[in-house]
Amino acid sequence: MSAVVDTHAEEEHHAHGPAKGITRWLFTTNHKDIGTMYLIFSFTMFLLAGSFAMVIRAELFEPGMQLVRPEFFNQMTTMHGLTMIFGAIMPAFVGLANWQIPMMIGAPDMALPRLNNWSFWLLVAGFVLLESTLFMPGGAPNFGWTAYAPLSTTYGPPSTTYFIFAVHMMGISSIMGAINIIATILNLRAPGMTLMKMPLFVWTWLITAFLLIAVMPVLAGTVTMMLMDIHFHTSFFNAAGGGDPVMYQHIFWFFGHPEVYIMILPAFGIISEIIPTFARKKLFGYTSMVYAVASIAFLSFVVWAHHMFTVGMPVAGEIFFMYTTMLIAVPTGVKVFNWVATMFRGSMTFETPMLFAIAFVVLFSIGGFSGLMLAIAPADFQYQDTYFVVAHFHYVLVSGALFGIFAAVYYWLPKWSGRMYDETLGKTHFWLSFIGMNVTFFPMHFLGLAGMPRRIPDYALQFTDFNQVASVGAFLFGATQLIFLFLVIKTVRAGEPATAKVWEGSHGLEWDLPSPAPYHSWTTPPVVD
Amino acid sequence: MRVHALWAGVPVALVLMSPNVSADWAVNLPRGVTEVSQSIYHLHMTIFWICVVIGIVVFGVMLWSVLFHRKSLGHKSANFHEHTLVEIAWTIVPLLILVAMAVPATATLLDMYNTSKSAVDIKITGYQWKWHYQYLDDKFGFFSVLSTPQDEIHNMMPKDKWYLREVDKPLVLPVGEKVRFLVTSNDVIHSWWVPDLGVKKDAIPGYINETWARIDKPGIYRGQCAELCGQGHAFMPIVVKAVPKADYDKWVAEQRKQAEQLAALNSKTWTMAELMSRGKDKFDANCAVCHQATGVGQPPTIPPLKGRPITTGPDPSQHIYTVIHGRPGTMMPAFGKQLSPVDIAAIITYERNAWGNNTGQKVTPQEVLKAEQEK
Repeated sequence: MSAVVDTHAEEEHHAHGPAKGITRWLFTTNHKDIGTMYLIFSFTMFLLAGSFAMVIRAELFEPGMQLVRPEFFNQMTTMHGLTMIFGAIMPAFVGLANWQIPMMIGAPDMALPRLNNWSFWLLVAGFVLLESTLFMPGGAPNFGWTAYAPLSTTYGPPSTTYFIFAVHMMGISSIMGAINIIATILNLRAPGMTLMKMPLFVWTWLITAFLLIAVMPVLAGTVTMMLMDIHFHTSFFNAAGGGDPVMYQHIFWFFGHPEVYIMILPAFGIISEIIPTFARKKLFGYTSMVYAVASIAFLSFVVWAHHMFTVGMPVAGEIFFMYTTMLIAVPTGVKVFNWVATMFRGSMTFETPMLFAIAFVVLFSIGGFSGLMLAIAPADFQYQDTYFVVAHFHYVLVSGALFGIFAAVYYWLPKWSGRMYDETLGKTHFWLSFIGMNVTFFPMHFLGLAGMPRRIPDYALQFTDFNQVASVGAFLFGATQLIFLFLVIKTVRAGEPATAKVWEGSHGLEWDLPSPAPYHSWTTPPVVD
Repeated sequence: MRVHALWAGVPVALVLMSPNVSADWAVNLPRGVTEVSQSIYHLHMTIFWICVVIGIVVFGVMLWSVLFHRKSLGHKSANFHEHTLVEIAWTIVPLLILVAMAVPATATLLDMYNTSKSAVDIKITGYQWKWHYQYLDDKFGFFSVLSTPQDEIHNMMPKDKWYLREVDKPLVLPVGEKVRFLVTSNDVIHSWWVPDLGVKKDAIPGYINETWARIDKPGIYRGQCAELCGQGHAFMPIVVKAVPKADYDKWVAEQRKQAEQLAALNSKTWTMAELMSRGKDKFDANCAVCHQATGVGQPPTIPPLKGRPITTGPDPSQHIYTVIHGRPGTMMPAFGKQLSPVDIAAIITYERNAWGNNTGQKVTPQEVLKAEQEK
């Protein structure tokens, strides 16, 4: 063992720092460089997809068609969804995994560094392809991110083919990323770090990576069948040729529901790291947290048709999917109770990561409550495809996934950059995001219950007031994100030096490394316990 | 501080100044006018209050901790991180609540799926972007199309109270009778939704989905398409007019007579002026969403009709063929199945003479009928 370590140390002498110039970023196999690129890419896509949302909210500020045509509005809803999901949220988690997992398990780098580089640049290529459709004759995809056939096949715009290949590339990128994460976690843990000693962020990512490997091929299969229907006149989803549009939805949601958990499980992990740090108290119920995440992941494979309660499934199917969906509330509840029990009788302080984490627990729970309501199949006949659903998934994805990501960046940025962020600016960003988010999405519950369908560019007069409130909130939320951009740049350039431990209550291997963390994280593995 | 207060006033002022008189602040599901919609409403309220209570307990404990278990108050952290009994309790109790909730939900679901013993059967077909209602027992049917003028949509005239929620011909239903709906689609997936009836069912090509409603009281109930179906998705409302049984029977008799009269129109001799006037109405209702009221289209996806060889050339046969059979592989649907020969003739005549396409040509219903039979 020691011989291996020695050889490695000798190599260190020749190449210890990053390469210079653009080649550092193009050819890098370093987990930190790739993590940084993932995070920058993700934030760029977040701003782009956010600007699509601003177009949507501006058009919906008043009834009538003002700014854009209905056709373009549909392109905006589609591109907003695709870019946020595949471009902003998922890559942000992969970026965090790249930075954190080797540091948290005591490894020098990811297990498959070249694969890591390839999976990042393939993602960029996929998005260049996807976003280029905005400039094509006939416009970008306009059938919603769910791409239901036959609207997306027989009736789709010419750019649908580009959408399909972009999805293929993102899928391959995700699968490679997931393989890398599994290989790293299973092979490169420090001596003494058994599975049940792993930090929860590592646990949640391990489970997420298995979900990715299980469902991304399903998505690839679905879009390939679309490709066949469009160009080679097969009839997978074309009723006139003996195909079945409902089968599209079954296959899509078999991917789509685990995908929802892919976007939230790593955030669960992040929150489980942050709350104990700032409550200065050990995480309550570690073991039950791990089992809860595993049960949620398992259940995510048997609930898919709750997205399809109105397609005319037989009543037995409705009942099965209603029961399994309701069951998800149990492990999710366990997680929320554990977080609250961790805070209970702690010694709390409220730095920006903790503020985002607390907001996460409250607002994600509200998203969970509306999710429980949506699970009640008869009631879902009224909620399905309305703004109630839009409110639900934005509570889960914005105040869930996105707030989790923000919490993580504030929490670990001092470790990455070796500098502290400006706490006042961070808190301003938090409070404006918190207010903006709720002003935008809370009224959408009311709109949906009052009967406003989603994905419409124009609406009846009775929906005007809440739409205006939502639009004002959206502009506030959108503008607030520029504060975050400014804050990160300011920190990296001129923040106060950070200590190795950074937080008084920090726990875990990453805090044993100096700040900023060295280019190769753990050249000699630490020993756990 | 004062500047901040001013800025905060901007959104509030914007909302207060909104000019729409009929806007309201409805926050909840309607109770509706069927037994099913009322059971749904009760399920909705039950699960809502369950969530509220759980929320108060969980967020209450959290708020308590945030307020009192903070370092700034000198609170020292406790050392516990496990408690088997508590953990089992907060797994089992939610499970029991869910079982209690699943029982009434299942009962309602079974009721919603019981479509037997209906008195009236109506086939609903979704089209891009309108609904067709076929009264199966009485052998007549009609399209129900948005009647809001394009000028209201484009803010060139004030919006009516029922902006985007009004149609040329509502679906008329009898009160107190079980009505079965057979829902399908001609093109993409739509979804037929009327909240007051507690009915939402996807209209899917190749499928016929069944659902039903028994309306308790007369009135007008409004809804709209709920599944993204292309650029006209926001513009295919549903209006249901529920009337007492006697009125319904009278209305059905009238409709059957009108259907016969409409068939007679196809053999009548039409003047240019009659065709142009009927053509403009039918064009605005069926074609203007895509090709625009001014015939300029939306290039490159939707071609203009103004000054094009197909609409201005000497021989109208290609024009007639396209309207009847559509253009496969594009968004142009086949109108032969949707419109009567006289309406197709009127639309084509209008397209060949409006917006400076002054060909002076008249296309008659008989020519259209002939073209339809030739295939």
